[in-house]
Order: sequence, then C-alpha cells, then structure tokens
Amino acid sequence: MSSESKKIKIGLEVHCQLTSLKTKLFCNSPSDYREKPPNTNICPVCIGTPGSLPVLNRNALNYATMVASSLNFEIMSHMIFFRKNYFYPDMSKNFQITQYDRAGGVPFAINGYILLNDGRKIRLGRMQLEEDPAKISYDGTIESSSETYVDYNRAGIALIEIVTEPDLESPSDAREFLNKLSSILEHLNVLDLGLEGSVRCDANISHRGGKRVEIKNISSFKEVERALNFEMTRQKSLASKGISVSQETRHWDDVRRITISLRLKEEEQDYRYFPETDLVPVTLSETFIEKINHDMPELPKEREIRFQQEYNHSSEIARVLVKDKYLADYSEKAAKESIAPREVGILLAVNLPPFLNEIGKDLKSLDVAPEHFAELADMISKGEVSRRSAKTIFLEMLKTGQKPRNIFDKKGLDVISDSKSIEDIVTKIFKDNPEAVKDAAKDTKAINFLLGKIMQETQGRVDPSIATKLVKQKLSVQ
Amino acid sequence: MKTPKHPISEKEVSHLAELARLELSGKDVTEMRLHLNKILDYFKMIDEVDTEGISPTYHVFDLVNVLRDDTPHSPESKDLLENVPKKKGRYIKAPRMI
Repeated sequence: MSSESKKIKIGLEVHCQLTSLKTKLFCNSPSDYREKPPNTNICPVCIGTPGSLPVLNRNALNYATMVASSLNFEIMSHMIFFRKNYFYPDMSKNFQITQYDRAGGVPFAINGYILLNDGRKIRLGRMQLEEDPAKISYDGTIESSSETYVDYNRAGIALIEIVTEPDLESPSDAREFLNKLSSILEHLNVLDLGLEGSVRCDANISHRGGKRVEIKNISSFKEVERALNFEMTRQKSLASKGISVSQETRHWDDVRRITISLRLKEEEQDYRYFPETDLVPVTLSETFIEKINHDMPELPKEREIRFQQEYNHSSEIARVLVKDKYLADYSEKAAKESIAPREVGILLAVNLPPFLNEIGKDLKSLDVAPEHFAELADMISKGEVSRRSAKTIFLEMLKTGQKPRNIFDKKGLDVISDSKSIEDIVTKIFKDNPEAVKDAAKDTKAINFLLGKIMQETQGRVDPSIATKLVKQKLSVQ
Repeated sequence: MKTPKHPISEKEVSHLAELARLELSGKDVTEMRLHLNKILDYFKMIDEVDTEGISPTYHVFDLVNVLRDDTPHSPESKDLLENVPKKKGRYIKAPRMI
C-alpha cells in the first residue's frame, strides 16, 4: 500500500458572511438581522417579489476583493452571477444568486492558498460571492414538523464561499487551517466570528483512498474538528470490520455530536445553473485591485513578523498571538504599556491558554485589563517577584481582576534577597528535617526534598539557585 | 422510449415533478412528456443557427459594474407581510419539506 492511500484526505467548503456590511448583497435591507423579530429586515428584492431587481453592493465587491487577494487568489477580471435553481422555501424566488465555475460561469477568484505552520500549502480551488438563504424553523424536528416557518431576515446577506482542495491530512490540520483563515478575515475587518451563524462549513473526508463522505451542517469552526474526528473514527472502524465506506452525504448533529446519513434529492445537474441576467457583469481592473492591495490592513503573517521585531517576541509566541485578532490586539496594548514586552508575550501566549481552557472561558469574558499584564511583566523583569510568586499573582489577577501590584502587596510576595534571611530559613529547615539532611548528605537527589521544604516555607519567594547553593554549602560542612 | 425525436423520458418527467414538489399521476406524466417534448422540438429551431466562433451573450447591453452604496434603507416589512397568504406570528408558513 502506498503512503498516499494510507492518508486521510479532507477538503472544506467554507461559508463566511461579510458581517461588516451594513446592507445585504443585492438590496438595501439592513444586515443587522440578529435579535430582530422574524421578517423585519426584508424588502421586495430579498423576498423575491416579481419585478424587483438586484443591484450589487459596492462594499461587498471591495471586501471580496480584499479577501481574495489576501488568500493569494487570482481574481477574475470579468465575472458574472448565476442562478442556482431549486424548490425550497429558504429562497422565495426559487433560486439563489451565486457564481459558478462551469457552464460558462466565472467564479470570483481561482487558485488561492493558505500556508500551514509547517509550510504545507493548502490549495483553495475557488472563491465565490453569493447570497445567504433564509432561516427555517420547525415545530419540533425537521422530520416531525407538519409545516415550516420561514424568516427571510438572513436571506440575501452577503456570503463568500471558499472551497479547498483535499489537501488537509487530519482534523487538526482542518482546525489550524480554519484558525488561519478566520484570523485573516478578522484582520481584514470583514468578519466578526463572534456573531452566531457568521461562518458555516461543509467538509469531505476520505480514508485510505476510500470513498468520499461529505458532512453538511457544521455550524461553527470549532465544531469542524469534532465532526471530522467522529467521521474519521467511524470510517476507520468500518474499515477494520472489512466494511467499505459508501459515498454519501451525512448531516452533523451538533447536539448528539454524531454524523447521520442524509439522502439528498438534488444532484448537481438538477440545479440548472444559468446566468442571472438581472445583474450586469462585473469587471475588475488591475488598477482597482492594486488600490485594494494598497489599502489592505495588516495581515496576520505581517503582524507576526512585526511582533518579533517590535516587541522581541519569539517566532513561536508571535505565531500564537496573531492566531486570534482579539488576542493580538490585546497583547499589543499590553506590550506598549510594558518595559518587558517579551514577558507580556509569554504571559499571554504560554501561561494564559491553559488557564482559559481549565475554566472554559475566553479572554474577552475576563475582567482583566491589558495594563495588568504589562504591570506583572514589569515586576517579573525587574526581579521584584520570583517566577513562582508571579504565577500566584497571575492566577489571582485572572480570577479577581485585581492589579498585580495590589495582590503582591496584600500577599507579601516580594523576593527574599538578603542572604542572612535565606540562611536563617535554611538553618530552620535543616533543624526540622534531620533525617532528610542525613539522606541528602549521601544522595544528592534527596537535596530536592530540602529545597521543596524551603520553597514551601517561603511560598517560593527565594531564588532557587541561591537556595541550592546554600543547601549544598551547609551539607558539605555537616 | 428515448428517441432523438422525444428527448425527454417519462422517468425524467417524474424526476422533474419531484424536484418541483408536484404530484403527477401516471396519465399526467405521459401527457406532460408530450407537451415538454413539443416545446423542446420547437426550441430546436435555434440549433439551426450557426454560432461557430461567436462568444456567448449574457447581457444585451454593454453595461458593467452597476453598483450601489452600502447604505441601509428602512425595511418595508409591513406591506410585504400583508401580501403573505399564510403566517404564524411574523413567520411565513411553508409546507413541510420531507
């Protein structure tokens, strides 16, 4: 068996709303539909009343060009829109305005890519600009509901669709890819990932050159890795039982966290794609694209390099910080306030994530100002607190939102630096633990026990190297 | 029977009906097939025109880049909802889909 056929191959089809737009893609209905009563943000265009005519949103075109350019796409200089026809109430005109790469259609852009951390290139086949369909609710479940309730508030919202080649080799690759993509889109200020339903994803996955399974209805980027892990395990377990995987579409159930087989009625040719002649073609000149590139905000990759130069972060730390625009902005605020920006980076990129993981919250929901991180970093770099005390202060600061300096004063965590005080402590520990002292004289490993006692006694306020030196000295004269 | 003269089969008519969520009886399918094939035969006249070397026309005018500014208008939902035949609250009712 070749190594190629052992591999897992994953491709993604990502839909992102351009949430910074104030209006929908083809009409002036406001785009702020979340929390609005059903069918509030609608007009004749987005509910498709006869005679209404769509007109393209200028900013949607600008934003899509920015996205395509930052994802290394070749942008089409002449493009048209297509109708994708189907009978489903989420588009009341019975078609969706989209773009198409066949039957004479031209997508927005082709042949883009994103690089993963290890340098692997994830090819992006094409990008399209299209309208989001309406949201449908049911009485109970999709199977049991006797009728459906349609809310056209979302119908017509601008979406970009990005389709990857099957270049991802694991569910964690997919996570890394989506992190990079979302950080780019957030740095462009075109997407707010925090808005419910702003991104959605379909995934296809095949195992050891087997049949391809498509997973639909993954409603957030976080769910993608989970859905792929489930599907990978399912396919591996089928393979181990000698059952072949059938080519099918499965539905991700994010409540039960499983994929379920779904029979789709429409095949590609059933959509009867043809040009949307209510819209005129779009041409993008080189000058236009150059201007967009010129005005482009700083992208994560550039920011990562600047962070290393400006704040002396290591490349690893810089990479973690720019993974999420909120964290990157936050770290930059803190770094600017600190005399030790490198320490700020370590606190935010190394020490913070495990804490957030443990409490299941994100940085946004903590009541801690960037200045607090700056203050703690300064205290560490000036040697006012030991690493161990810094950790105590760090955790207390995250839990209570208090300033590091206040916690430090309250807890008396200043470093014990005069040698007389340290000697007194060492003497006390030796006196309290005569057995351990005997052991330590014979076996150097037992020194750690004594050191541990010293740290305990002083709540880690002693520099470990000084303590070790003193313990060794004292042992040698025993 | 699939002959060049009758390009659409009964099976295809049934499939179309299913996609369009229409219920057709066996008799309807036979009749629709005849109608559809007549229409297609009629349109075949277009095939007689020689289009060799002519690029497709998507639009009759040479207009490009008709764009509008991203400025919201106040929505007109009240009048639009009055035209909706079936509602539940502010939701628009549609038949079940499975």
